[in-house]
Amino acid sequence: MQGLYAVFKKELCDHFSSYRFVILFALIAMVSFISSYMAGIHMKENLEALASTRFPFLMLFSSTGALFSMVQFVAFFGPLIGLVLAFDSINRERADGTLIKLISQPIYRDAVINGKFLAGVATITIMLIAIVLVISGLGLVIVGIVPGIEEIWRLFVYLIISIFYISFWLAVSILFSISFKSIATSALASIALWIFLSFFVSLGANVVADSIAPVDRQKEPNPEMIIKNIRIREMVSLCSPMVLYSEATQTIIDPMRKTTRSVVLMGPMEELLSSRFQNPLPLGQSILVIFPHMTALVALTLICFAISYVIFMVQEIRT
Amino acid sequence: MEASTIIETVNLTKHYNRQTAVKDLSFKVNEGEVFGFLGPNGAGKTTTLLMLMGLSHPSGGSARVCGLDPLRKPIEVKRIAGYLPENVGFYGDLDAVQNLKYVASLNGIQTDKASEKIDELLDLVGLKQDARKKVGAFSRGMKQRLGFAEVLIKDPKLLFLDEPTIGLDPDGALRLMEFIKSLNRDRQITVLLSSHNLYQVQKISHRVGIMIHGEMVAEGTIESLAKEKFGVGQKEYSLEEIYMKYFQEV
Ligand SMILES: Nc1ncnc2c1ncn2[C@@H]1O[C@H](COP(=O)(O)OP(=O)(O)O)[C@@H](O)[C@H]1O
Ligand SMILES: [Mg+2]
Repeated sequence: MQGLYAVFKKELCDHFSSYRFVILFALIAMVSFISSYMAGIHMKENLEALASTRFPFLMLFSSTGALFSMVQFVAFFGPLIGLVLAFDSINRERADGTLIKLISQPIYRDAVINGKFLAGVATITIMLIAIVLVISGLGLVIVGIVPGIEEIWRLFVYLIISIFYISFWLAVSILFSISFKSIATSALASIALWIFLSFFVSLGANVVADSIAPVDRQKEPNPEMIIKNIRIREMVSLCSPMVLYSEATQTIIDPMRKTTRSVVLMGPMEELLSSRFQNPLPLGQSILVIFPHMTALVALTLICFAISYVIFMVQEIRT
Repeated sequence: MEASTIIETVNLTKHYNRQTAVKDLSFKVNEGEVFGFLGPNGAGKTTTLLMLMGLSHPSGGSARVCGLDPLRKPIEVKRIAGYLPENVGFYGDLDAVQNLKYVASLNGIQTDKASEKIDELLDLVGLKQDARKKVGAFSRGMKQRLGFAEVLIKDPKLLFLDEPTIGLDPDGALRLMEFIKSLNRDRQITVLLSSHNLYQVQKISHRVGIMIHGEMVAEGTIESLAKEKFGVGQKEYSLEEIYMKYFQEV
């Protein structure tokens, strides 16, 4: 325990004093700030429309300002936080010769990897809470809206999902930093996986669905085929943590489902379905809807970390 | 006076894939002595030290360090034994004190006690002036001395030193060897010293072992090895002559 705490403390200090963290935090804070600010301005101009919505406060996070909403931005660039925090966590120590020194101290070897992972999670948590608080403050100042109890709960759930989402990428980058001896390789591999899972899986899902269950849009559409097509597409795209995350957070933050989800994922049936939501889903129901997504995200994170853990524990460390 | 055994290995073996790095190694180190661990590059010295520290799993045989099996009780072994690797690494963007504080916290030393200890050790290794310098800017010799401060922080009974004089200038190497001698004498630390610096190993070692191709070909005091190789003679043989003789025979 004392070893775990020592590693955790050191890593946390390192994160908060590193330039890369400061730059990343500044970037993410700035973009979320701007998009929420624009959303706020927009809301202020349409105050009467605002009066009819149930959750005006959450719109600060979910309505698209100029380009994207804060929620969408975190879905796209959140992974980068996880990756940047840990892509060199183990292999840099190996290259510098500090890893052998660490494990020749009287600590369990897993204290090193657990401490690094937990410090990363703590950093992510602090970062996200700070951003959400800043945006909430912004909402209070610009639009003058106060969050209701349910909105606070929804934001809380959103935070939890986001922490797991970014921690998944943290676990991925730790895995790469253990598997690859070279820092450049692990950085590249992390970025490649991020691009692949985030952008290509949803495109790939379309291709797979259309080839297995082709839907001819010119002719009379066959409803069975359309359903099959959508099912396949959803199955495939659930392999992408980004899709899991976006779906989960949209359901939580945007219970009316007013804003569209990523365009590639929106099937014709679903479009129909979402417009049926005249009333917001209650919080309990929202959580129930996203429960599989959350479970999948947590499982992905844990599996990824478990693999790194096992590799690290059996690996021979000579330098 | 017959000293008690602090390190003992029995048929210790390590294979890497097909290659044998250490083969049926059996030797002993007595408590309180400096044991010179000699051998050409690739002989298996580092591998042996790693197995004694519990950092590498032997393929066969067993080892005892202070009566403990490093395979089963690595934490206990690491608590009493310090290991100074061949290329000591530090966190270059931290200063000497911060590096030492981290190692102290890993050893479970309380912060206030650690500061005292760190001051004392920096003084001992002669880095008092550089305590607040970033280690990234340290010279090789300074890093080596900081490495010593790090392994001494846990008050070890036993030190494993892997080629500590490598890359040091002759004067630095000489002073480092004298420092090791003083640790052994003043702090009663048993030292297992792997080195190529035969002249100085001869000066400070009580006994030596020569390892070639993973096997210990000789073990004992320098006089006994000389006697074994050259017979009883008037001439005093140097460790270098003995070493070369063993080396040529293999
Ligand atoms: N990870 C490894 N994989 C395969 N062979 C290794 C590995 N590490 C060391 N060896 C081999 O083990 C032998 C002993 O190495 P080492 O203990 O480092 O020698 P020394 O420290 O005496 O120079 C060498 O022949 C080396 O090639
Ligand atoms: Mg070596």
